[in-house]
Amino acid sequence: MAGLEDLYREIILDHYRSPRNRGELPAPPAHRVEGFNPLCGDEIVVFLDVVDRVVVDVKISGQGCSISQSSASMMSAAIKGHTVEQARALVRSFKSMMSIHEAHLGTEDGGTEQAAGAEILGPDSLGELAALQGVVKFPVRIKCATLSWNTLTQGLDEIESEAAAP
Amino acid sequence: MSASRTADALALDPRALRADFPLLSPERPGGRVVYLDSAASAQRPRAVLDAMDEYYTTTHANVHRGVYAIAEEATRRYEQARVTIGRFVGAPRPATEIVFTKNVTEAINLVAYTWARKELAKGDAIVLSEVEHHANIVPWLMLAEERGIELRYIPLGADYHLDLSDLDKLVEGARLVSVTSASNVLGTVVDLAPIVAAARRAGALVLADGAQLVPHRPVDVSLLGVDFFGFTGHKMLGPTGIGVLWAREELLEAMPPFLGGGEMIRDVRLDGFTPNELPWKFEAGTPPIAEAIGLEAAVHYLEGVGLDAVHEHEARLTAYAIDRLRSTYGDEITIFGPEPDPVRRAGVISFAFGGVHPHDVAQVLDTKGICVRAGHHCAKPLMRRLGVGATTRASLYLYNDEEDVDELVRGLGEVHKLFG
Ligand SMILES: Cc1ncc(COP(=O)(O)O)c(C=O)c1O
Repeated sequence: MAGLEDLYREIILDHYRSPRNRGELPAPPAHRVEGFNPLCGDEIVVFLDVVDRVVVDVKISGQGCSISQSSASMMSAAIKGHTVEQARALVRSFKSMMSIHEAHLGTEDGGTEQAAGAEILGPDSLGELAALQGVVKFPVRIKCATLSWNTLTQGLDEIESEAAAP
Repeated sequence: MSASRTADALALDPRALRADFPLLSPERPGGRVVYLDSAASAQRPRAVLDAMDEYYTTTHANVHRGVYAIAEEATRRYEQARVTIGRFVGAPRPATEIVFTKNVTEAINLVAYTWARKELAKGDAIVLSEVEHHANIVPWLMLAEERGIELRYIPLGADYHLDLSDLDKLVEGARLVSVTSASNVLGTVVDLAPIVAAARRAGALVLADGAQLVPHRPVDVSLLGVDFFGFTGHKMLGPTGIGVLWAREELLEAMPPFLGGGEMIRDVRLDGFTPNELPWKFEAGTPPIAEAIGLEAAVHYLEGVGLDAVHEHEARLTAYAIDRLRSTYGDEITIFGPEPDPVRRAGVISFAFGGVHPHDVAQVLDTKGICVRAGHHCAKPLMRRLGVGATTRASLYLYNDEEDVDELVRGLGEVHKLFG
């Protein structure tokens, strides 16, 4: 059986205790998107300020467990200041790290995942996010870890489809 | 049966009972578990597993069909289970008034789809409470959307009991009052008497969700005075896949059938059908035969221990648990539920612990072999009312003892160490 230390790495607890980019952005101009984990009632709100395809600011609010909160916190730190493309590449890499079990849990977005044919970065390139790797040993917690990432994807999709609209 | 009833008190020995439950054995592959999640689903004694096994091994055939001996025997045993289970909850006419369903959720849906869709029209009102399980909210929300029915809610009071002060006004003009008999989150035991009385004055029928009451206390549907009563097998030591709806015979007679198919008809023509008699009118398709027999065995087991003894044991253990949690953790723990009370409180203890998310609490406890529930417990409106997203919930049953509670208290110490 996997031990608690696989799950609750020090860096995860650090992000949980002092979450980065916590708060809200005025929306609009920022884009506000909500995610829910119907299993446990956790909710997350991601605020994205995207200018010229760059995520210039991001804030996270909502409530959740240490895994969902720390994952969101690390995600916000990792995408802030990066382009939408980089953010999406990071989503792919993160989700592929989580996908060992999630494939069985059924994801809504399995189709789009491989479609872009873009490169998937290995755990090395995920930086401190790699600390969340231990979550895959606790299948019910994978949804906690991916909640903010699915919400981010939804937000980026919405921003792009709004931009594409005439 | 390992239970013993002494002359002076209704004593129950949880350790001895535990020996009847294979999953709770210290020799369980994977180690002993401290099982504190019976409000979600209880464990089964060997007697239940044996009864089902024995049925499949010796008797199984489809019921109400074959003329051969084992088919007749299967039918007899299925119908006998109905009577045993009906008598257990005081049904005056168990052979006709007990309808087997998949679970209590289906029992409530049955009433929503048959009685309510026949009787209720736009503008009619149904009264629920703020503490209901989704099983007693969503079927009515679906009906409300479809028919323009008004839903009203009995509010939760500051003492974690239903606030009945405006009850007469709430039920005025309502057609149905549908409430739980005990909360699966708060442990609140609902005092149905004033609710039934108010409903009577208003001319409304009453449905009580007995999922959290029947496993833990003697229940008599006639004494309760309700019109519809549902409960679920897996929370009362029985198998999954079986639940029960009881309703007064004249109500069942007047209700249209629920699902259509075999079993539920007396005659079928190309242009129509005649429904079967009670209770089969509501049991389309091959029923849960082995499950009914398993549930009957669970009822016999509970009767052997004695529901009064179960009740008394749980009341004492609940008071012990709340006291231990509070005296050990003080302000760090918030218990969402009424103060210990042998009548008005059941052994469901929901709490918030030191700002740690319930998922994290339950995860740490799991590493100590302690099974508690973390989440919204299928009662999201109540979670919103309590101002939390989720709670940690420990629930007690006849096989739990002080040692289990002590393990929980110790386990929370580990949570505190990691997250505190
Ligand atoms: C009060 C209450 N009602 C209804 C249910 C639903 O039970 P089932 O899932 O067996 O239909 C439950 C169980 O979770 C419950 O506690």
